[in-house]
Amino acid sequence: MMRSIAEAFFGTVGRRTIASFRALHDAAKLINTTFYWTVIGPFKGKTVRFHASVSEIVKTGYNSIPIVSVIAFFVGIILALQSAYQLRKLGALIYVASLVGVSITRELGPILTAIIVAGRSGSAFAAEIGSMKAAEEVDALISMGINPVRFLVVPKLIALMLMLPALTIIADGIGLFGGFFLAVTALGIHPYNYLQQTTSSLMLKDVFTGVVKAWAFGVVITIVGAYQGFKVEGGAEEVGRMTTASVVISIFMVIVFDLFFTALFFYFT
Amino acid sequence: MEEAIKVDSLVTHYGERQILKNISFNVPRGQTTVILGGSGCGKSTLLKHLIGLLQPTSGKILINGRNIAGMREEEMNEVRKKMGVLFQGAALLNSMTLADNVALPLREHTKLEESTIGIMVRMKLDLVGLSGFEQFYPSQLSGGMKKRAGLARAMALDPDFLFFDEPSAGLDPVTAAGLDQLILKLRNVFKVTIVVVTHELPSLFMIADYVIMLDLGEIIFAGTLDELQIAEHPKVRMFLERKPEAEEYSPEDYFKFIAGD
Repeated sequence: MMRSIAEAFFGTVGRRTIASFRALHDAAKLINTTFYWTVIGPFKGKTVRFHASVSEIVKTGYNSIPIVSVIAFFVGIILALQSAYQLRKLGALIYVASLVGVSITRELGPILTAIIVAGRSGSAFAAEIGSMKAAEEVDALISMGINPVRFLVVPKLIALMLMLPALTIIADGIGLFGGFFLAVTALGIHPYNYLQQTTSSLMLKDVFTGVVKAWAFGVVITIVGAYQGFKVEGGAEEVGRMTTASVVISIFMVIVFDLFFTALFFYFT
Repeated sequence: MEEAIKVDSLVTHYGERQILKNISFNVPRGQTTVILGGSGCGKSTLLKHLIGLLQPTSGKILINGRNIAGMREEEMNEVRKKMGVLFQGAALLNSMTLADNVALPLREHTKLEESTIGIMVRMKLDLVGLSGFEQFYPSQLSGGMKKRAGLARAMALDPDFLFFDEPSAGLDPVTAAGLDQLILKLRNVFKVTIVVVTHELPSLFMIADYVIMLDLGEIIFAGTLDELQIAEHPKVRMFLERKPEAEEYSPEDYFKFIAGD
């Protein structure tokens, strides 16, 4: 009896371990192929699909501007209100400007944008590639001698590598404006003082580290979406499951990478 | 008979399960070969091996004398340019118009001018009877039209080989017969080597020159259509005469089975 429990335990551990190593291997292969066709492929005469990339840029970047702007504006206001709640007690209301400025550019701008894009575009990537896989369209591409990663994933990667930093900069700007708007209306801080305080506490480094993070989040969201999409073997039900999984996993991975980069910037800048 | 494709002791597994059990056969050049068999006999798996979508456990697949088993992707893509595949659901890219779908292999593999590509696309669509549908999207077409468009795309690079996965599946008899006519035309006019996977008997008698029949991952018949008609293998006869499988259990065995012994 003891032996069979031990067998079952180690059997499960072994199976799980093998399965997760296989998943890791597949993901590593996908990352490798994607970057090969993005960076090295063009020098071997297999150019990146320009029109598809532009169309992805419009879908993932341009079309996200309204939602990113509205959310960034609200978060700017919320942040100003929450910090004023504490700072007022200390009579240091002017530091609302520093707090909003630094936390938006270093942290909330990139991560909010990444979460919105993961929900909008990461899921769309998984659903698009997954339904193409289910309809044998991916097989059709392979049988025509067209690498599906180059055809489908590279335009998306290029789009997110460019658009996530761009959207983050927009979110930063509008988030700062949200804080400014609340401070000058509800908190009664003089606009000049607020701007003065913001510029003196905010450094270019803060914005820059946020943009670097955003770039990495763009890569993470594309790879997770594509990986989940290519995992589809069966039909429509599985497409739905993988789409959901892609959102959950990419938000999780974005936060893991955020932790990593924040720690990195904390110690090395 | 000159062989265009030669399969030599092919073995494949899906996980632990063996799907194809050491099969060998030849596909004659310039003729239509039908791979016949019931559901789950491994015929779709075999097709996926022939077009290089799956890698076998062991064995060789020679296409024009070159072994594609274990071939590197770049080399394989050269071989693939000489192949056209019509998938069961046509597998057109839904985000593109028919013209763009047919033009895709030309744009990816040739350096032709857009104007030339336009002419070739119209030629291929005309060949399958879809002139005037260039700007339609796949979702706007019927099942039969999608398959014709898929065939136009498969023909885009003027291949030496055409592979069909269940061409009549999901089509009404008239549309299916139309597609069969088209397959005959392609063989007669373009001298393409055609491999068709199907289980439809009317299709078989209309298009086949050479027949390979699979059962449970093994070849039980290989020969011409005339030889098939007089073949004596019981499974072949059952298939041609549309007889059901014999009862698997005797009543006593069945009771034992459901009682869980």
